Amino acid sequence: MVKPLESCKFQPNSRTISAQASHMKETKSIWKIIGASSLGTLIEWYDFYIFGSLATVLANQFFPKTNPTAALLSTLATFAAGFIVRPFGALFFGRLGDLIGRKHTFLLTLVLMGGSTFLIGCIPNYESIGFLAPILVLLLRLLQGLALGGEYGGAATYVAEHAPANRRGYFTSWIQTTATLGLFISLGVILITRHSLDADAAKSIAKFNDWGWRVPFLVSIILVFVSIYIRMKMNESPLFEKLKSEGKVSVNPLKESFGHKTNLKMVLLALFGATMGQGVVWYTGQFYAQSFIENVCKIDFDQSRTILIWAILLGTPFFVVFGAWSDKVGRKWIMLTGMFLAIISYQFLFNQLLNLSSNEGKVELVDKKIINSSLVQLDNGKDTLRTVTNKVFYADGMSISETKKDTLYGDPVMHTVKADVKVVKLLGTTDYWKMVFYVFLMILYVTMVYGPIAAFLVELFPTKIRYTSMSLPYHIGNGVFGGLTPFIATLLTTIYANDKLAGLAYPIIIAAICLVIGTLYINNKIDPDVND
Amino acid sequence: MNQLKRYAGIIWILLGPLAAVYLVRTAMAEVAKKPVMDTYIQWGVFIVVFIPIALGMLLFGYFAWKGEYDHLPESSAEIEED
Repeated sequence: MVKPLESCKFQPNSRTISAQASHMKETKSIWKIIGASSLGTLIEWYDFYIFGSLATVLANQFFPKTNPTAALLSTLATFAAGFIVRPFGALFFGRLGDLIGRKHTFLLTLVLMGGSTFLIGCIPNYESIGFLAPILVLLLRLLQGLALGGEYGGAATYVAEHAPANRRGYFTSWIQTTATLGLFISLGVILITRHSLDADAAKSIAKFNDWGWRVPFLVSIILVFVSIYIRMKMNESPLFEKLKSEGKVSVNPLKESFGHKTNLKMVLLALFGATMGQGVVWYTGQFYAQSFIENVCKIDFDQSRTILIWAILLGTPFFVVFGAWSDKVGRKWIMLTGMFLAIISYQFLFNQLLNLSSNEGKVELVDKKIINSSLVQLDNGKDTLRTVTNKVFYADGMSISETKKDTLYGDPVMHTVKADVKVVKLLGTTDYWKMVFYVFLMILYVTMVYGPIAAFLVELFPTKIRYTSMSLPYHIGNGVFGGLTPFIATLLTTIYANDKLAGLAYPIIIAAICLVIGTLYINNKIDPDVND
Repeated sequence: MNQLKRYAGIIWILLGPLAAVYLVRTAMAEVAKKPVMDTYIQWGVFIVVFIPIALGMLLFGYFAWKGEYDHLPESSAEIEED
């Protein structure tokens, strides 16, 4: 009698151990999948962002303003890649992903993105090969946009199709961190390269502008090779494999996604009720905030970037927090709360950024004031360039440097109509961290709207057309509505020049429309089975 | 709730064309103010990209008005029945 009892006592333990071992194996496997998918997606975002972050340097190298055709290509490169090509990439690679599988498709996008980025770093500048240089850059930038359009949907789908239903939000939120981390790494690599090319800071920046800008592009190829190696070892998504073995793979994903009313209405709902608002909140927090700090608040180049770096570093873990939370309370209300908070607080937050960069009410340290003046004779031998720099220091650690350049003409009839004035502000420590905090709040909203969205989109569409169906609304929401945020917001501030916060009208209105549509029409239900 | 969803559909139907008209009028005014290649490209891209989206909004409103969002599909079988 003792033996069976012991046996009875032992058996459940054996099962428990076996279940634990199986669970550990599954957990290890899902982390491997997340690691491999996230690394590739992270690299793709890094590749995409370095072009944007180095836009001014690239413009000098490839798109001289003196040549109108080159300037035209520059505008095309900026607009076309981000806003027109990304949705096309979503359609092209989404279709491919639903036809041949997720794994091979996002492997292809990785090769395309990495190859294009590396080649941009190899192109001789405009002075060396003339028009071929901007044309090549434009073509490679278009390829980057196409690749990005195909990558995200594949990675999110791949991870979601491996994840258990009750933790889909948590596991896909790791993919969501990659876009922000990609920006973080691109800013970091640029700043480090910019300051490490020479012991003298000014010489290092000059070298960076001359050839050092190529380093961040070239570095990408090493990362891409590592990621390709890892991704090659991965298996196809189990849900796609199952569809394939049952012969249920879609024969025409585009028609099934957008030609059938029942799915088309879900695509439209995903766009107008979720990704449109998410896109503007994301681009306002991460990109317009940086542009506003640098161009409107006039904060120094390095300081404006380190403010964003800190805010991103502090904010990134919340992608995972909100992704995991969405598994418990649903995706809808977390995303919509993020939009709501953005709508009601953007005016206040951006106003605080302006206040912090203002010298009003601050005590000037008069004895520390520096005035430098220089006269340099121009090449024509008659005229002289006058440069006057005023640097003022304040008791809280802030400094404001104003550089005024004008030409003193040899001919007394001629005179400078408008002097070129450049203002650069450096914040004191307290105000610096206050600014980090305000940008952090904006990034926090980004994590609320963006953390759960991959799980939300995956659950909205069936397996056989998921890659196509979720990629298009995602890239219209982020590429078009989001990507245009810095341009439209800046445009609004030039039209309504008296109001420095006029640009915020665009993200606030778009997010508000999205909030109403999302509240009315979206379900908060978590789909327990995406395998249908 | 379904009644509210349907009536709100009328707003989305109107919003699409209104946004498109506002965009075209603003583009024309901006191009007239500064008729250089950069302005043409910038506003040309805005129009090319946003007009189909405005049509999408109109279609979304129509679906809402017709009660298509009263019940959201819960399985692919519902999509295939369509």
